[in-house]
Amino acid sequence: MTIEPTERSPLMQAIFGRLSWDVIPFHEPILLATFVGAALLGVFVLVQITRAKAWGWLWRDWFCTIDHKKIGVMYMVLGIVMLIRGFADAIMMRLHQALAFGDSMGYLPPHHYDQIFTAHGVIMIFFVAMPFVTGLMNYVVPLQIGARDVAFPFLNNFSFWMTAAGAALVMVSLFVGEFSTTGWLAYPPLSGIAYSPGVGVDYYIWSLQIAGVGTLLSGVNLLATIIKMRAPGMTLMKMPIFTWTALCTNVLIVAAFPVLTGVLGLLSLDRYVGTHFFTNDFGGNAMMYVNLIWIWGHPEVYILILPLFGVFSEVVSTFSGKRLFGYASMVYATVVITILSYLVWLHHFFTMGSGASVNSFFGITTMIISIPTGAKMFNWLFTMYRGRIRFEVPMLWTMGFMFTFVIGGMTGVLLAVPPADFVLHNSLFLIAHFHNVIIGGVIFGVFAGINYWFPKVAGFKLDDFWGRVSFWFWQIGFLFAFMPLYVLGLMGVTRRVSHFEDMSLQPFFVVAAFGAVLIGFGILAFLIQLYVSFKRREALRDDSGDPWGGRTLEWSTSSPPPAYNFAFTPRVHELDSWHDMKARGYERPRDGYVDIHMPSNTSAGIILAGISAVLGFALIWHIWWLAGLSFVALIGTAIGHTFNYDRDFHIHANEVTDIEDTRTRQLSALRS
Amino acid sequence: MSTAMHKENEAGSPQVHGHHDTGGHDEQEPHGSFKGYMTGFILSVVLTAIPFWLVMGDVLPSKQATVLIIMALAFVQILVHMIYFLHMNTSSEGGWNMLALIFTAVLVVITLSGSLWVMYHMNENMMPMDAHEMRQAP
Repeated sequence: MTIEPTERSPLMQAIFGRLSWDVIPFHEPILLATFVGAALLGVFVLVQITRAKAWGWLWRDWFCTIDHKKIGVMYMVLGIVMLIRGFADAIMMRLHQALAFGDSMGYLPPHHYDQIFTAHGVIMIFFVAMPFVTGLMNYVVPLQIGARDVAFPFLNNFSFWMTAAGAALVMVSLFVGEFSTTGWLAYPPLSGIAYSPGVGVDYYIWSLQIAGVGTLLSGVNLLATIIKMRAPGMTLMKMPIFTWTALCTNVLIVAAFPVLTGVLGLLSLDRYVGTHFFTNDFGGNAMMYVNLIWIWGHPEVYILILPLFGVFSEVVSTFSGKRLFGYASMVYATVVITILSYLVWLHHFFTMGSGASVNSFFGITTMIISIPTGAKMFNWLFTMYRGRIRFEVPMLWTMGFMFTFVIGGMTGVLLAVPPADFVLHNSLFLIAHFHNVIIGGVIFGVFAGINYWFPKVAGFKLDDFWGRVSFWFWQIGFLFAFMPLYVLGLMGVTRRVSHFEDMSLQPFFVVAAFGAVLIGFGILAFLIQLYVSFKRREALRDDSGDPWGGRTLEWSTSSPPPAYNFAFTPRVHELDSWHDMKARGYERPRDGYVDIHMPSNTSAGIILAGISAVLGFALIWHIWWLAGLSFVALIGTAIGHTFNYDRDFHIHANEVTDIEDTRTRQLSALRS
Repeated sequence: MSTAMHKENEAGSPQVHGHHDTGGHDEQEPHGSFKGYMTGFILSVVLTAIPFWLVMGDVLPSKQATVLIIMALAFVQILVHMIYFLHMNTSSEGGWNMLALIFTAVLVVITLSGSLWVMYHMNENMMPMDAHEMRQAP
């Protein structure tokens, strides 16, 4: 699907840049079928929304909302949608590799295969894992610290839509032009203009730059929220552990993401204006790109995993009916990981040519990281020890994580030994390792979190049976899909290969493909779980707001919480403050409600992000007039928004009283 | 910085929280005076003019000395900005500013020194070359 330079007039060139009918992949049956399928699905969804007359509701109550709870839910929806896209890429790769042996060339042309593995990596990290993590933090953190919203509510909406705009650009690349073929980190010189003249790398750059603005701003936002808006009495060492991990993650986001923005900026200068930062000639050095991108990239993996460590901690302590074992050591371990994550980046390129002193330094720092992580693992085990464990679905995911993640951690320590890494670098062993920790850690954690907090969001629990089905398909599918890759990696099979000559390897790939199918059933079971739970919502209803016997403040509110979260700011005396309040026989206040000052919804976020997506598209296709126009529009709209003085309103005390009285009656009905 | 931002927040975008952290959201912090801004401005101008003069006038015989002096002045420039324009001191925002500064400094030092170390170490495993071979190399 290379883009042929076509003969066209300068006028057409000026109007459409590189865009023409040739770039629409009509000649690729797989893409065409996907496009038709996606278009039909899209039309179906649009028709359904229109028939339900839901557009106004969607726009006012969701797209323009600045309520951190709704934005959190939208992040989760984005994550689920993109998970399906990323998984479609995964299953195509697994099927292709299972077939492409000897005379069979598989069913994907190499160029298409390269786009798929790149898209899979980019989507799974930036548009699945990141939205999931940000979504969980967005929903839970303000509730856990007793706040009414995040520090900058409008910025929160804007951040979400920037992330969504980046995701939209990646999706557009499927049908207009092509995506990058360079692998998910776009190393030069391959990603330079000389070797990747098409639009693929430009799609990669601009979708990440746009989404990166969203990630960075939401990092700033949550950081300010946690530092400035905790309930009175909640000192740092009385903060719920999930909030602690969220704090460390957002510190990492604020410190690391500018590096990604910078290095991608340098790469775009190389591609757009002919500088030579990362070229092989004129003084450039491609290895500097590798160095810089991993200075962002290694903290990034801790950005992903730390909040899920927090989720597991909350889940373990709730479902063991005990306070978390070693809370202080958990906090210190988290902080130590935060700092150490900046000292290990070179282990991603041991083979690049540095000498023994550099490699052994980074090998040792990498091994040191396993100490705080191991401490956490023991803390979870000791929390469970002599606990009254309830094997609900969130706990199941957590135990699956502990089993899976330990294997991934151990293979990680193997890879941290530089001589071993020289053998295993870029092999399927590495692929198995990082899927081991990202699926076993991040994805399992996200599902634990979804099952744990869903009753808070929706007011009813998720269906237990389908939750269990989903878990077992994921867990067993994971083992089938990735254990063969460890073996293949040790035998020397490298990653990103689209055709094999050695027939003896095929059985391993067939087993791996079977595992991917099982994971597919796991995702399907999760979707069924959502559907079945919605259908059975009356039977699964939870009026108490505290279905699991929770320990932190989010369980003190109704499910779903009112728009203002807390009518009165709670006062915190102990760690696990809701548990403490229950133990002291806490009584809800019955009167004395006052007006609550709230921020108003605004459409500025979605409009700004929409214009940013157009700007990105114009830059990708070299449509300079559109790029200039949308840039001016972007700045103009942003300035225009500062003149919007209709930013806040008050929820009247009477209304608050009504809501709180309903809640009081609901609770007393439960008690009697 | 902090007070200006807070004022703007109270007037413009509403802060929805009805309560404050123990570390002074309410307490008035030094906002900086005309004298402070002028001192900062003059110092910045001087600290910018000296490197400009060093480079344009070819003052020092050694290029390396020039580079080192410019980097030292740039570091002083950072301090001037932080003290006179950002009004940072050890106690502002309940010590959070200082903590953030120390953390940032640690990361910047790690990143810069680590990158230099890594990049200058890159040829360690290359085949030894003499000057003639170097010229022949593609």
